[in-house]
Amino acid sequence: MREASLKNASVVTLRINGREVTVPVGTSVAAALAMMDSFVSRADLSGRPRGPLCGMGVCFECRATIDGVPEVLMCLTPCREDQTVVTDA
Amino acid sequence: MSAFDCVIVGGGIVGAALADVLSAEGVSVALVEARSIGTGTTACGMGHLVAMDDNAAELALTAWSVALWRELAPGLPRTVEYDACGTLWLAADDEEMAAVSAKVANYRAAGVRAEVLDSAALYEAEPALAPGLVGALRVPEDAVLYPPLAARTFALRAQARGARLMTGCPVRELRPGGVVLANGEVLAARHIVLAAGVASPLLCPGLPISPRKGHLLITRRGAPVVHHQLVELGYLKSAHGTDGASVAFNAQPRVTGQLLLGSSRQPGDGTREVDAALLERMLKRAALFLPGLDGLQALRVWTGLRPATPDGLPLLGPHPEKPWLWLACGHEGLGITTATGSARLVADQLLGRASVIDSRPYSPARFLSASGPEVAHA
Amino acid sequence: MREVCDLVVVGAGPGGLAAACRAAEAGLDVLVLDAQPEPGGQVWRGEARKGSNRLARRWLTRFSASGARFRPGARVIAAPEPGVLLVEEASSSFAVRYGRAVLATGARERFLPFPGWTLPGVLGVSGLQVLVKDGLPIEGKRVVLAGTGPLLLVAAATIHAHGGEVLYIAEQASAASHWGFALQLWRQPAKLLQGALMSAKLVSVPTSTDAWVTAAEGERRLEAVRLSVRGREEHLHCDYLGAAYGLVPNLEVARLLGCETSAGAVVVDDRLETRVPKVHAVGELLGIGGVDQALVTGALAGLVAAEQPVPLELERSWHRVRTFAAQLARHDAPRAELLRLAAPDTLLCRCEDVPMSALEGCQNLREARLYARLGMGACQGRTCGTAAQALFGWSGEDVRPPCLPARIGSLRLPSDVSSTHTRES
Repeated sequence: MREASLKNASVVTLRINGREVTVPVGTSVAAALAMMDSFVSRADLSGRPRGPLCGMGVCFECRATIDGVPEVLMCLTPCREDQTVVTDA
Repeated sequence: MSAFDCVIVGGGIVGAALADVLSAEGVSVALVEARSIGTGTTACGMGHLVAMDDNAAELALTAWSVALWRELAPGLPRTVEYDACGTLWLAADDEEMAAVSAKVANYRAAGVRAEVLDSAALYEAEPALAPGLVGALRVPEDAVLYPPLAARTFALRAQARGARLMTGCPVRELRPGGVVLANGEVLAARHIVLAAGVASPLLCPGLPISPRKGHLLITRRGAPVVHHQLVELGYLKSAHGTDGASVAFNAQPRVTGQLLLGSSRQPGDGTREVDAALLERMLKRAALFLPGLDGLQALRVWTGLRPATPDGLPLLGPHPEKPWLWLACGHEGLGITTATGSARLVADQLLGRASVIDSRPYSPARFLSASGPEVAHA
Repeated sequence: MREVCDLVVVGAGPGGLAAACRAAEAGLDVLVLDAQPEPGGQVWRGEARKGSNRLARRWLTRFSASGARFRPGARVIAAPEPGVLLVEEASSSFAVRYGRAVLATGARERFLPFPGWTLPGVLGVSGLQVLVKDGLPIEGKRVVLAGTGPLLLVAAATIHAHGGEVLYIAEQASAASHWGFALQLWRQPAKLLQGALMSAKLVSVPTSTDAWVTAAEGERRLEAVRLSVRGREEHLHCDYLGAAYGLVPNLEVARLLGCETSAGAVVVDDRLETRVPKVHAVGELLGIGGVDQALVTGALAGLVAAEQPVPLELERSWHRVRTFAAQLARHDAPRAELLRLAAPDTLLCRCEDVPMSALEGCQNLREARLYARLGMGACQGRTCGTAAQALFGWSGEDVRPPCLPARIGSLRLPSDVSSTHTRES
């Protein structure tokens, strides 16, 4: 059921740190991040990796530059066609 | 009942610096603070260590104090964030630029290094500034630091030498021979120093100190790079020249990569709320000097109440009518800068010795003596 | 830019939707703001697209027919004067001038620090659940959940339904407290049914009370967790850990507006009006109570805002849901062992990288902020402040604008709003 609905759903393709990812419409950027090799959204002050934590716009761990706008939260942002996401990880 | 040579009331940066100086002289000290060390007005300052030349007395105290900070700097923990970034006083027009050469002479006469930057040199030093500025006055030995931890460092140093640190400890009354705490305990003391900033008049009615509210804003990390503390020369004519609420551009690089922005002044405003309209004016002013500022993310805005005196100079010395009481308050926006010099001046007077600079312009007697107010400016 | 409305509703979860529907249906011009791209809040996240939850479907349909206007991706950042909010969107900002306000800002998870909790792959319980709802590929992934209360089972059900392999569910509450709570659900027939349905799907998943995660392990991301299960240690390799201990209300906007709070909830009268006139609070802001409380209080506030009579049945419902909320609060209170998991080098503040050891000597939150930078980063202490309250009993500081990080330009008032307020030097 779920597989079928995914295949039927329209998809969008975005770029996260230069890599293309194709996801179903409605996927959040934070969820799309998990399709990359690593689930890393940023580096902490010592350079250690961090990933999304709260999923709901509270923790700010998933902030990234999206389409040129800095400090956007991936968990509150739906994936869109041709979107460009750049993390500082 | 405990007995001390000196009880200091108020654990802001001035009281803490005094505790540091006195304890180093072997004086037995108690530092009494209603809340926490360095978390009141001290935490609401920009942490600018700046030589100011509004008048000779101000220049003497600030220049000496900045030099004292420079001597202390190597012994301060890294977290105090002492950074000798210098100040650039920005000239927006030829009139302001004309004032620069007189200021250079003033500073140099007081032993403060100062130099004139023409427009080209200014933009080489600070490429992030908006075009159109005609030049600047550079005071290279000014610095910035993080005030709460500077105050805490002083207090902990004093404590390590045996001073008693009492935080969360409001004071109810000052009386000859002792300080009465809110819990009824009495700290007996030969000398009492009142260093409670805006709260000082509550414990010593009649002090000519009133609150002046100021706003600050700090950005996220990764702000555009500026290398000096940046202040508009118009600060002097626009911000200080009126009795109404006013704003002036003041920006400061922090070692965290954040940008700290000021400044506003609201005389007589004792509330802590952010004034949206004044904040707007402050930010608009800042955006004139730093283009692109509007797109930068602000993390926090906060306010502080600066203890202002009528002539802009602090009250440092004995209370003329209460020989057991010493004052170290009324620093307005220069408490961080002049904490070092203020502490030395009051300590020198307490210990009956001469100071490096003339203490008379800061004497509380200029307002409180029976003969009436005097003009203190030299 | 400027918006004018009779009623502004902050938050489009069940409480906000119920308030907006009732008020808009009664003829008020209603503007609903939410930081998310769609209405529904966290609990109905994704339902606007998928619509598998009938209750959500019903309310979302009603909302779109109600006439209320919805602004997605809108964050309240400041309240410059009574009756005005400043709102930031993706790349612009605007002011809202409102007659009344209903605050329905919901709740967030309570995170407690433990070694390894900053590793990628460690999320909240609901945090992981919402990302799965949002499309995080969970099929075939091994998941451990640690937390408390009904949300643990709700999250497990979502993850299971999306093909995730739930290895373990660790409920921190003691067996006695947990089963006592479950028995109380008899008074809440709807809830009992939900619970039974959820556990049926998860019947094969190992679950334990008196169990919690003690550490997360891994190099660049989560590889394994250590659990304490009734006093013995378990070690499980896994891909994701959801770990959080109950919910706490998002009080920031209410406190920004000056609403009084007590015991972690907004103080309201029987019209759900806060101590600030014309500002109401609903849902989780009144104390964690779930969807039922949100719908009931939202409807109540919407009717009050529209000066409509409040049916007695609605008032009765409110008292009933309050009883459930009180039980939930007792059940979800984190046990003492959870407050001692962090090591000296475990970060408490994740934004400014403040380890537990840096707080040595700090007596209160203000000292921790000013001496150690706790809560001085991007989340403004939403995560560590909540943890510090549980760990040390430190209460929060005043909320000042901006109550979320915001572009400096967004703090500048539009000229038509600031005209009454501008002072000249």
